[in-house]
Amino acid sequence: MSTISFRLALTGLATGLSLSLSVPSAQAAEGRVIPPQMSWSFSGPFGKFDRAQLQRGFKVVKEVCANCHSMSLLRIRNLAQPGGPEFTPGQVNALAATYTVKDGPNDQGEMFDRPGRAADPFPAPFPNEQAARAANGGALPVDLSVIAKARTYERGFPQFIFDIFTQYQEQGPDYIHALMTGYKDPPPEGTPPLLPGQYFNTYMPGHLIAMPKPISDGQVEYPKGADGKSPVPETVDQYGKDVAAFLVWAAEPHMEARKRTGLQVMVFLLIFGSLLYYTKKKVWARMPDGSAAH
Amino acid sequence: MSGHSSYVPKTGIERWLDARLPIVRLMHDSAVSYPVPRNLNYFWTFGGILVFMLVAQIVTGIILAMHYTPHSTMAFNSVEHIMRDVNFGWLLRYLHANGASMFFVAVYVHIFRGLYYGSYKAPREVLWILGVIIFLLMMATAFMGYVLPWGQMSFWGATVITNLFSALPVIGETIVTFLWGGYSVDNPTLNRFFSLHYLLPFMIFGVVILHIWALHVVGQNNPTGVEVKNVAKDTVPFTPYATIKDIFGMVCFIFVFSYFVFYQPNFMGHADNYIPANPAVTPTHIVPEWYFLPFYAILRAIPDKLGGVLAMGAAIVVLAFLPWIDTSKVKSMTYRPVARVLFWAFLVTCIVLGYLGAMPAEEPFVTYSRIFTVLYFGFFVALFVVGLFEKPKPLPSSIADSVLGSLKGGSGARLATATAAEPNAKG
Repeated sequence: MSTISFRLALTGLATGLSLSLSVPSAQAAEGRVIPPQMSWSFSGPFGKFDRAQLQRGFKVVKEVCANCHSMSLLRIRNLAQPGGPEFTPGQVNALAATYTVKDGPNDQGEMFDRPGRAADPFPAPFPNEQAARAANGGALPVDLSVIAKARTYERGFPQFIFDIFTQYQEQGPDYIHALMTGYKDPPPEGTPPLLPGQYFNTYMPGHLIAMPKPISDGQVEYPKGADGKSPVPETVDQYGKDVAAFLVWAAEPHMEARKRTGLQVMVFLLIFGSLLYYTKKKVWARMPDGSAAH
Repeated sequence: MSGHSSYVPKTGIERWLDARLPIVRLMHDSAVSYPVPRNLNYFWTFGGILVFMLVAQIVTGIILAMHYTPHSTMAFNSVEHIMRDVNFGWLLRYLHANGASMFFVAVYVHIFRGLYYGSYKAPREVLWILGVIIFLLMMATAFMGYVLPWGQMSFWGATVITNLFSALPVIGETIVTFLWGGYSVDNPTLNRFFSLHYLLPFMIFGVVILHIWALHVVGQNNPTGVEVKNVAKDTVPFTPYATIKDIFGMVCFIFVFSYFVFYQPNFMGHADNYIPANPAVTPTHIVPEWYFLPFYAILRAIPDKLGGVLAMGAAIVVLAFLPWIDTSKVKSMTYRPVARVLFWAFLVTCIVLGYLGAMPAEEPFVTYSRIFTVLYFGFFVALFVVGLFEKPKPLPSSIADSVLGSLKGGSGARLATATAAEPNAKG
């Protein structure tokens, strides 16, 4: 590259940089606060879910979130499959039986209630959207099945390029954890007065959220360790982490298999590629007439 | 370059078939004995990579179509069904979705390679135009494919892009109604997009065959841009030389592809597309896929809707006229000191336009978009003008000379410059 073109390229880069500086300010204008980055067991190329964390996360979801939020894409049996919370089939069947599912019509043409089965989807808390809105002051509690992949924030240039190499892609769980811990009551000074059904959350874009603070410290009891105490604190912060981890699994139930397969594929390609490289060198060492190639 | 056939049928069956349908001869002549310039660099492996990507997209796509439901109330959930319940469905879908992006990475490298080495010039004009047609078909296919998961970005992307046609005078509204199959983006739109998304790849395949046919008639260009003069000295047979090099290039490309599929599968997508389509809620920023961003920036740079649509169309169509826009007789920019600077400036322009296309339509991005849109089209004007007065560096007398001369550090040493021409495609 000649010096002139190099200078041009630099100018281009500089322009890009100066443009990017306005990205965070644009986000601030929309009332976005970047969620703090947490450390997740499932991040990175060798990431795996923490089974205990997924089980705790499910407990919170079941006892708290599921009162308003559906999770329609998940089936109860998913809780027992490899790479997830890995409850035992017995636990999953027992859990399924605690739900009542409307089925039918039967031979008489009537709908009937039956106990849930592991193959059933997670029962929704409300029969339809209208019922959900009516019970929640007009706001619709979103379905949580893929929420961990459906929420993100702008990383901006050049951070989004670094993300390719650091494999940072946990914007979703970071946001969910931040949202659960981001309630401020009373709201900070300078906030316009809240209308009924509005709550202040630091991390919600625009800060106004229709969901009341969902959980408080000590609300969900975690399984006890040998010493009779829960191995992790029963705090909103911990609940937030556990729920976020569970929702990442719910959105991407085959993530562990994906990363594991990925390693095998990459190792194979590396070996195959180097063999090909040396074969190519050998082939190209001589021209068809036997003369040296270069 | 295709001389007479060197295929000699060895067995009785081969002779019998050759007299009736010389298909083995065709394959032998195009993939074994076909002479390729001996000085091709790794940018020439992207043609093979693109064929691989097309086949990979068709294969994964056909299997995905077995599990997908093209209905507005079921499409989103059927994609999630593929992700959750179909064996290796997550792999198929991530291969297909990231495959589209990687297809565009490869095609942009391929286009910028052609641009740098003047591969569009005589006698390769038809070859180049066929390439532009493939590019257009790819864009249509990718756009319709992105609509199929029926997420928020699918829906609103489809709404914005199809609405562009309404800018056309007289027939605009009719075209849009026809595209939608009604008066808004809805189930009929999804249905016809699915149908067309299945059809267009096979049309691409057809044009690719023409593209390769045209290539095999005129022969490959090469980093010096000097045509083959002596087949024995300047070329090597496709097999094993180009075959092994292409496969190696392909495996390196698949390595990058796999990295995204297995470790960053949603990097090139939009989080909003994991929200089911909702006609009542408009996303804050409607952004097309990254490979459309430079054109999207040009579209939004023009304050007039019809003007924007025409500018965007012109930005693509102008490529087809490159063989006649570029007035220089010298193909390779390695020997064109001024045009080479233009090339790099154009590459930077495209990247910056891509960045601007991802930004909201507000200041200062709008002004920047306008400046860089002018620069985009300015490149073609400048290329026309520069060719009239530019004094090229001396060309090597032949391909063999340029390769063998490089040992002595002579004229061939310039090839080193050529290998630095790595077009970055993350627009």
